[in-house]
Amino acid sequence: MRADLVDSDLIERVLRTALRRGGDFAEIFVEDRGSRAAVLDQRRVETLGSGHERGAGIRVIAGATTGFAHTADLSEAGLLSAAEAAATAVGERDGRVHEIALGATQRHRTEVGESPVSVDKERVIEQLRRADDVARGAAGSIAQVQVSVGGSTRRLLIANSNGLVVTDEQVRTRFAVACVAEGDGGMQTGYRPFGATGGYELLTDDLIDEAARAAARQAVTKLGARPAPSGDLPVVLAGGTGGILFHEACGHGLEADAVAKEASVYAGRRGERVASPLVTLVDDGTVAGEWGHVAVDDEGHAGTRTVLIENGVLVDYMWDYLRARSAGRGHSGNGRRQGYQYLPMVRMTNTFLLAGDSDAEEIVAQTPYGIYVAQLGGGQVNTTTGDFVFGATSAFLIEGGRITTPLRDCNLIGNGPTILQRVDAVAGDFSMGGPGTCGKNGQQVPVGTGQPTLRLSAVTVGGTAT
Amino acid sequence: MSGLAEQVSEILERVGDDEVMEIYASVGTEVEVKVYDGRVESLSRATSGGLGVRVLGAGVAGSRVGVAWTGSLDGDAIDRAIAEARDNARYASEDEFMTFARPDGVESPGLELTDPSVHSTSLDDKVALAVAAERLVRGDARIRQVESADYSDYDVETVVASTYGVRAWTRRTGSFLSLEAIASDERGDQTGWGLQATRGPVALEPERVAQDAITRATRLLGAVKPPSMRTTVVFSPRSTATLLAIIGTALSGDAVVRGRSIFAGRLGAQVASREVSVLDDPTDARHFGASRYDAEGLACRRNVLIDQGRLAGFVYDTVSARRAATVSTGSAVRGGVAGYPSAGCRALALAAGTGDADTIVRAVGDGVYVDSLSGVHSGVNPISGDFSVGFTGFMIRGGELAEPLREATVASTLQRMLLDVVAVGSDVEWLPGIAAGQTIAIAGVSVGGR
Repeated sequence: MRADLVDSDLIERVLRTALRRGGDFAEIFVEDRGSRAAVLDQRRVETLGSGHERGAGIRVIAGATTGFAHTADLSEAGLLSAAEAAATAVGERDGRVHEIALGATQRHRTEVGESPVSVDKERVIEQLRRADDVARGAAGSIAQVQVSVGGSTRRLLIANSNGLVVTDEQVRTRFAVACVAEGDGGMQTGYRPFGATGGYELLTDDLIDEAARAAARQAVTKLGARPAPSGDLPVVLAGGTGGILFHEACGHGLEADAVAKEASVYAGRRGERVASPLVTLVDDGTVAGEWGHVAVDDEGHAGTRTVLIENGVLVDYMWDYLRARSAGRGHSGNGRRQGYQYLPMVRMTNTFLLAGDSDAEEIVAQTPYGIYVAQLGGGQVNTTTGDFVFGATSAFLIEGGRITTPLRDCNLIGNGPTILQRVDAVAGDFSMGGPGTCGKNGQQVPVGTGQPTLRLSAVTVGGTAT
Repeated sequence: MSGLAEQVSEILERVGDDEVMEIYASVGTEVEVKVYDGRVESLSRATSGGLGVRVLGAGVAGSRVGVAWTGSLDGDAIDRAIAEARDNARYASEDEFMTFARPDGVESPGLELTDPSVHSTSLDDKVALAVAAERLVRGDARIRQVESADYSDYDVETVVASTYGVRAWTRRTGSFLSLEAIASDERGDQTGWGLQATRGPVALEPERVAQDAITRATRLLGAVKPPSMRTTVVFSPRSTATLLAIIGTALSGDAVVRGRSIFAGRLGAQVASREVSVLDDPTDARHFGASRYDAEGLACRRNVLIDQGRLAGFVYDTVSARRAATVSTGSAVRGGVAGYPSAGCRALALAAGTGDADTIVRAVGDGVYVDSLSGVHSGVNPISGDFSVGFTGFMIRGGELAEPLREATVASTLQRMLLDVVAVGSDVEWLPGIAAGQTIAIAGVSVGGR
């Protein structure tokens, strides 16, 4: 076993220093992160890059005020100076002497066969080339292929004045294929990423081939696409594609920081019916292997499964340490941060809608006219009003209960609480979607989303055809 | 010479005569304060530095590039990054166009991008700016809540240097004041952002930031969904800046040489209406993105991209310029020490037309006014040109702004929109980000609503 990033005597001294000027909670978050990324663009290995960073963030909480400082210097002098800076930021002087009694270290790690940051580089390049060949082989109209692979390892040590000491080693690996197809009507794009919390061994040839073919197919299909309609229409989201809908429509609004400040349309609505009875939504950091998996969150607390909405009724929000403490309740393992340079805040992990009873094909068959979304892009939400948008990067018209013409890229817009009521069919074909990156207040964290095929009775489609 | 520049020079001096290496390093300090209900909710302070290294390996058919970065300026970390970059270069493809920038004799503009008030202003006074802005907003009876009022600043030095003789040093400071007001009445809630970016805290105006947030939030109260239609759309300066930044991605020589731009193969063509002239000018200090050097250490310069609707040029970094058989326009950008250079815009602006927002709205008569856009990263494809984004704004009736609008989309293609620009205002606003903006009007845009 490797030595811990910082030894326990020093941790105690740092936490004591952090609380020297007052405060009721201090924490040290130490991170050592390695990353590797390679891009094959038009058959050229253009960039093969490696990165490394390590440092510590020190936080002091005094009532409603948080002081924070970070440093890349893990020496005793560096850490004590950061602790002093965090203490000064809080700036009270209550004169109490804080005893720090650290408990036994709890150790976690992602079990991996091969680390994505040390895997043989020749092998990585072979896999990039393989994806390029498969994508080009899928159709003659594929003019450009860009394949990227990346991975990161994150060694963490988190300790706080409540005595908690936790270590974790998180490993993530991601692969993506982007294609451009060229036709008479111009260029169209296709994109397919996949990834997991785990090692490089997850990048099997089968998965790579599947992603390459899917990206190529998406671009080629859109060559024949016509402009999407505009206005309110029924929308069917294919299984595994639309978890981002719930991430935006209500996920962010169920984060306790927005709720506590009544900056969420879901504030104060626990126990109320907020969605169609077909909606049961869960945030679950415990799903091993999934992109948003956390053995422990970035405050050292175990990831948990939280039922947010059950049969349409709002059950609970997501919590970090600070928000749970002020509400006098337990946290839910949702305190996350991009890196040691950042304060943690309430974030989602893997957020998904549970399967229903309908049949996916039946749902389409029972839709006389509407839009079938085969892949969603990103989205954005205003948690206060609940208004959100999400992009469709692969969509089709549904006519007479059949999936027909491909449509050009468009955004869909809706209001969270309204859209949740409009879920009128949920199929049994649950699957998770691709690896997502969620941005909030300038911090990016990996998140998973998932959902079965479902229908929304009406969503505003932002196309150009009338 | 700064300590950072000295450290980078020393690293390069140790490199053998036959090795080609480039270093991009930065070091800076930052302060971030969040205020809630008159009190400090969080206060963060930090000093951080890092370095990105690129090396070139010679090959038969061209050079191979290897890159690595470290989030520390510690000697061991730097040595490790250099070793990694060398090893990575062994695996990259040989590329006849791959090289690093060489000094090109263009002199860097003499820009002052620092404001000493970042250091001379006390922490208490910085906190007071956020407290003042928050108090003003909460003082308005229509405002129900302010999630947080934020003050932040930075002072960062950047060095780019190479064994080809590039030596570029820049230092810039910035300070930001922002908050989001939540307005409320019996019809529901609406939000509005106030944001100001300056080079130092003395130039920040809490009253202006507060008023901006209050106005934007309250005037949307009672907003409704518009009917779906095709009409003339007037874009606010902020939303025009967003559009311009998207157009800027497609004007990157890197995207163009790769065939991933709507402008590829169209140089000299009329791609926009004659009202439209687009300039990228980082030598103009009024731009927040103004800079003395680009990310490869070449002097920044003024580049005309669209001239009265005619596509006049692209922005290039060294490698994309070579692929296009031209020279760098001093437009290399990179996302910090962990990023790689690419060609991009820093300081876009439309040449000023005539008339302010009122004049343009009056001339349009009936249409839609877009105040702010959402879902831009998911709704715009700079390769196909498909454009579909969410917005909040107003109906325009009889030459006046009428009822507020929400939960609606505007859609077209970038190609169509540029050709359909019917008016460009003179009311240029200098905004944070890579583009300034002014009021513009575009005909024939699809609005999606009821």
